[in-house]
Amino acid sequence: MTARERIAGNVAGYVDDRTGAAKWMKKNLTKVFPDHWSFLLGEICLYSFVILLLSGTFLTFWFDPSMREVIYEGSYEPLQGLEMSAAYASTLDISFEVRGGLLMRQIHHWAALIFMVGIVVHLMRVYFTGAFRKPREFNWIIGVGLLTLGIVEGFLGYSLPDDLLSGTGIRIAEAIIQALPVVGSYLAFFAFGGAFPGVAFIPRIYTVHVLLLPGIFLALITVHLMLVWYQKHTQFPGPGRTEKNVVGYPLMPVYMAKAGGFFFIVFGVTAFLGAVASINPIWLYGPYTPGQVSAGSQPDWYMGWLDGLVRMAPPLETVTFGYTISWNILIPGLILPGIMFTGLALYPFIESWATGDKREHHLLDRPRNAPTRTAIGAMALTFTLVSLINGGNDIIATTFDLTINQMMWFSRIAIIVLPPLAYVITKRLCLSLQRADRDLVLHGRETGRLVRMPNGEFTEIHEPISPEKAWLLTSHEQLAPLELPEYDGAGVRRPAAIKNKIRNRISRSMATAVPKATETERKELEGHH
Amino acid sequence: MSNEIELIKDPGLPAHVHRRADTDPKAAARAERQVAILFMLSALGTLLLIVSYLFIPEDIFFFIPVMGNTNAHQLGLGMGMAIALFCIGAGLIHWAKTLMPDEEVIAQRHEFKSDDEDRKDFVKTVKEGAASAGLGRRPLIKRTLGAALGLSAISPVLLLGDLGPLPGNQLKTTTWKKGTRLVTDPGDRPLRPSDLEVGAVAQTLPEIAPGEHRSLNDIAKDAVLLIRLRPEEFNLDAERLSWTHEGIIAFSKICSHMGCAVALYEQTTKHLLCPCHQSTFDVTRAAKVIFGPAARPLPQLAITVDAEGYLVAQAPFNEPVGPSFWERSA
Repeated sequence: MTARERIAGNVAGYVDDRTGAAKWMKKNLTKVFPDHWSFLLGEICLYSFVILLLSGTFLTFWFDPSMREVIYEGSYEPLQGLEMSAAYASTLDISFEVRGGLLMRQIHHWAALIFMVGIVVHLMRVYFTGAFRKPREFNWIIGVGLLTLGIVEGFLGYSLPDDLLSGTGIRIAEAIIQALPVVGSYLAFFAFGGAFPGVAFIPRIYTVHVLLLPGIFLALITVHLMLVWYQKHTQFPGPGRTEKNVVGYPLMPVYMAKAGGFFFIVFGVTAFLGAVASINPIWLYGPYTPGQVSAGSQPDWYMGWLDGLVRMAPPLETVTFGYTISWNILIPGLILPGIMFTGLALYPFIESWATGDKREHHLLDRPRNAPTRTAIGAMALTFTLVSLINGGNDIIATTFDLTINQMMWFSRIAIIVLPPLAYVITKRLCLSLQRADRDLVLHGRETGRLVRMPNGEFTEIHEPISPEKAWLLTSHEQLAPLELPEYDGAGVRRPAAIKNKIRNRISRSMATAVPKATETERKELEGHH
Repeated sequence: MSNEIELIKDPGLPAHVHRRADTDPKAAARAERQVAILFMLSALGTLLLIVSYLFIPEDIFFFIPVMGNTNAHQLGLGMGMAIALFCIGAGLIHWAKTLMPDEEVIAQRHEFKSDDEDRKDFVKTVKEGAASAGLGRRPLIKRTLGAALGLSAISPVLLLGDLGPLPGNQLKTTTWKKGTRLVTDPGDRPLRPSDLEVGAVAQTLPEIAPGEHRSLNDIAKDAVLLIRLRPEEFNLDAERLSWTHEGIIAFSKICSHMGCAVALYEQTTKHLLCPCHQSTFDVTRAAKVIFGPAARPLPQLAITVDAEGYLVAQAPFNEPVGPSFWERSA
């Protein structure tokens, strides 16, 4: 035994004597994780969150979250002598006076964008592969919560510098609060400590941005990861993989090295972006004043869809009994996002209700094998994408020489027409892919070799696919639709008839599929040849 | 032949294929060297960061295609950090992929559901616990506790009361009064009609006493745009026409939709456009909304000239400026 081994043994013994951790650690250090590139998406979110904590802490050392008016005397000449808030002035100082400050600001902003992209793409992976199914519904809801908080946290973050662009964003947020029926103006005055913009808002959102929300994030991320750990990761179907096992690599050492290495890679790429790609150059925008705005004002991308919805809303406002309701703000700013996020959070429950499937699932679906789910996802993405595009309608219009009116009318029509179209096309595509899979299993792979038969007929040689591939293409389950009774034994409509009818219909749609190839069919075909 | 459908069978986990480094000691040594080189590159990255921090002055700019004018100090720091971190990651992953065991392991899953026995015991424990506390038997305690907890929720809400004053009249009023002069922003210079040529636009604010400080809260309500057209270009009713002066018309610059500054004026079409959500207002028709999400015209400020010939407000705004709110028309 070397000296080093002896010391390690002593330390481990010391800790175990006091905690009994050895048993738990032994089990968990050999824990198996399945490998797939798409499982790294969640890791990207986790690592960018750590980068956000580190770079954010750095920024707090110099940032002064105050709306006190100061005269700028820093080294950036175009703004010298201008009146501005201490928040804006200190952000300029971080950018120009603190060595590495601009780098950290840019790393922080890029990490936030990567965090949000990571969350959205991770969510898409989980959705389209059905990873949210029992027993992982809790984690799905936590994930939706993290997405929502991420949007809020990001918005508060880019609002803090109090530049002209972010102040305009805050103005819009204030208008949304103010538009709430009955309590709107009161809530707005409470949030801003009086009339807009006041002097209280930046210090208040600073506390929320650096303390309250990161605390909630930490708690939710911890639970999210503990559940992944405890429930074991899902895996893609394939030879040797079942609902009852996990095939992959042990945590120690392979996963530790890979995951640890990946953290450094994400940090390295973020630092690279911070080094070469300018982001949110607040010195170009100038300090916030409510009487000014710059053309082409755009929020960060994860707010863009919301802005796009607000932009395309029809000019609808009603006054009843002397009280004003701004539908043009409430519908796109609160009601639609409310429906979108509630639907997202409830989706696992809706699907299991519709299919009647209450079993545990640890094998992922290939998206084509769940055509209705995939189509619903494509529909939701199309809706969000059209909104996002409309959020940049002014930029698109000037770039492509269109008028704002053309852009806006395109979006207003597209937001209604394109999502259902995406649903239909995606579903058809999935079924076609299923048909292709079936063909592949039954008739084999096209080799491209043409052979002329003695009778003059030309045929292409098909080669059978490997047993592994054949298994991959046929291992999925095909659920039968629900057939809930609408009439009882005596032919009388049951009380739950309408509910059952709806459920039957949805479940029939969910169960649409091209029957998968079977060994029996393969053998029959062989008999023919 | 039976009628039962036979499914395609799981061929089981494919046989493990060894990597070159597993069998060839030379390949393993090469992989080891590659990992070490990556870690050394990382160290060079840190060195670049240190050199940039200490020795590259902050005011050196040079041109890089695509990126444009680039600050050497900032680029050195960032690239050093990026290389240092990325190469550690690349080294670790290369190590894991070439030299650490790559044989897949199979672990078993277990259903999460507890045994029925355990579930029953759990329910029993909860019931017994509740019973021994006597919650069911002592309704007085239950009710008073419920009431106390409910009431105690009032205190945090109440204590947040000082977050802000009540809106009162503030959303409905501005600084503009009868006779307030319109002064330029920036500059605080009073304006005569002759200062504006036909087609010109000016951003104005109400005049304040010399030395007095103008708060952003006031600007958020008071900002006014002056636009001069030829009088015959107006398409206004008699009252609104009387609010203009020699073709000069004044509107609140705060968008009636969400409060952005309506800052874009198209001289040829005489349209005002809000850059935030593209609501478009027709200046010739008292800022009527002709496109976009805004539901109301921009409030018009009635203007005239005072005895010295300077532009002044005839009266305060006759409606609240800025975005809508519940009590707006009340």
